[in-house]
Amino acid sequence: MNNLLSRLFGRARKGSGATAKDRLRFVLQHDRINLPPERMEEMKREILAVIVKYLVVDKERVEIDLEQRDRSHSKLTAEIPVAIHTATTANRAEEKNVVAAKGAGANGANNGADTEDEAEDASAEAEEAETPKAIEDEKSDQGDQGDSAEDEKSKPG
Amino acid sequence: MGGKVVTISSGKGGVGKTTATANLGISLASLGKRVVVIDADIGLRNLDVIMGLENRIVYDLVDIVEGRSKLRQAMIKHKKFADLFLIPAAQTRDKMAVSPDDMVNLTDELREDFDYILIDSPAGIERGFRNALEPADEVLIVTNPEVSAVRDADRIIGLIEAADKGPGKLIINRLKTDMVKKGEMLSSDDVFDILGLAIIGIIPEDELVLSASNSGIPVTLNLQSKAGMAFNNVARRVIGEDVPFMNLDANPGILQRLVGLLNGR
Ligand SMILES: Nc1ncnc2c1ncn2[C@@H]1O[C@H](COP(=O)(O)OP(=O)(O)OP(=O)(O)O)[C@@H](O)[C@H]1O
Ligand SMILES: [Mg+2]
Repeated sequence: MNNLLSRLFGRARKGSGATAKDRLRFVLQHDRINLPPERMEEMKREILAVIVKYLVVDKERVEIDLEQRDRSHSKLTAEIPVAIHTATTANRAEEKNVVAAKGAGANGANNGADTEDEAEDASAEAEEAETPKAIEDEKSDQGDQGDSAEDEKSKPG
Repeated sequence: MGGKVVTISSGKGGVGKTTATANLGISLASLGKRVVVIDADIGLRNLDVIMGLENRIVYDLVDIVEGRSKLRQAMIKHKKFADLFLIPAAQTRDKMAVSPDDMVNLTDELREDFDYILIDSPAGIERGFRNALEPADEVLIVTNPEVSAVRDADRIIGLIEAADKGPGKLIINRLKTDMVKKGEMLSSDDVFDILGLAIIGIIPEDELVLSASNSGIPVTLNLQSKAGMAFNNVARRVIGEDVPFMNLDANPGILQRLVGLLNGR
């Protein structure tokens, strides 16, 4: 719909239309999973706090993100680089069956190499989460459609 | 099951639901369809004035539901189209006077004799919206290319899908092509990217819409109006025609623009 010119020049000097789009993307991402931005940050901190109890994590490179394919399919992805020390670290990880066990567990046990600080990217993808569609307004109604909030949202938008 | 129930909804208020309903009603009627438009915005009746039928009202939606009026008695026939009728909202009652089941019963009766039953939904996500949604076969979501309107549209789209009435279709109203070109307004593509719903109409901002509501003659009857043409295209898409989207920025050609400049515009 945009012509080429406005596309070429529109990029460099970002108009408020583009800002609107970015802001909408952000706000809808949180609206759709009913989790405000600050709570999401809190959750990330908690997730990390659990993981560091079991693994040595390269905190600088941790990425926990929410991906959204469409309104009803959101996916939480975590990229958590784990430092590999010795077999002890690996065993502990295996034992506890930690989320990011892939990198540490497998490598540590198999090659048994003492590559001291080689960081391995263990990525953990949380199960595809159906977006909870809270229907708060049902309270005021007599609840005619309220039940359908949790089911059958598999069809694409 | 006969006629089709099309609900016009939005979430946010004031984006153009009533304007869209009136114009679609007129356009569908002019395409030879038998049409009833229902004002479901109880307490804030408006569709009657937009259609220029305000002085013919005797009974309203609540009168029908509460048995004071027969369905036919409360239906107001349009001046120009013999097969276009309005069921007005009650002005002095609130939305709880009608239930979603009432709306289903009412529209089931209308389906027998009409091709399209259009329901003008109130703003919001509460009872009035539920009333308008419950009987719908198809939902058209009106939004403006603007952050709050799109956000509210997203919310309503979620509720429509949760009620198994989705996916709706989008009408993007009040698009200002010149602002989009300057990058100062969301384009229809942007809105599509964000909401992910098929677009059934793109309606330009048009001063003639105000003139139309002043006179009670919906803008689609004004052949000079781009918004009117765009609404007419929506109606044709509703009945299943494959109508290309009109080029909204074709208006001032370079020559015209030069003339405009010379004239100091
Ligand atoms: N394409 C347009 N160009 C210019 N003005 C418009 C356009 N569409 C709607 N309007 C104006 O916007 C205002 C709101 O329109 P309308 O009453 O149809 O909205 P609504 O969604 O029904 O509002 P409510 O939520 O209060 O029922 C009116 O003044 C109308 O004239
Ligand atoms: Mg209205």
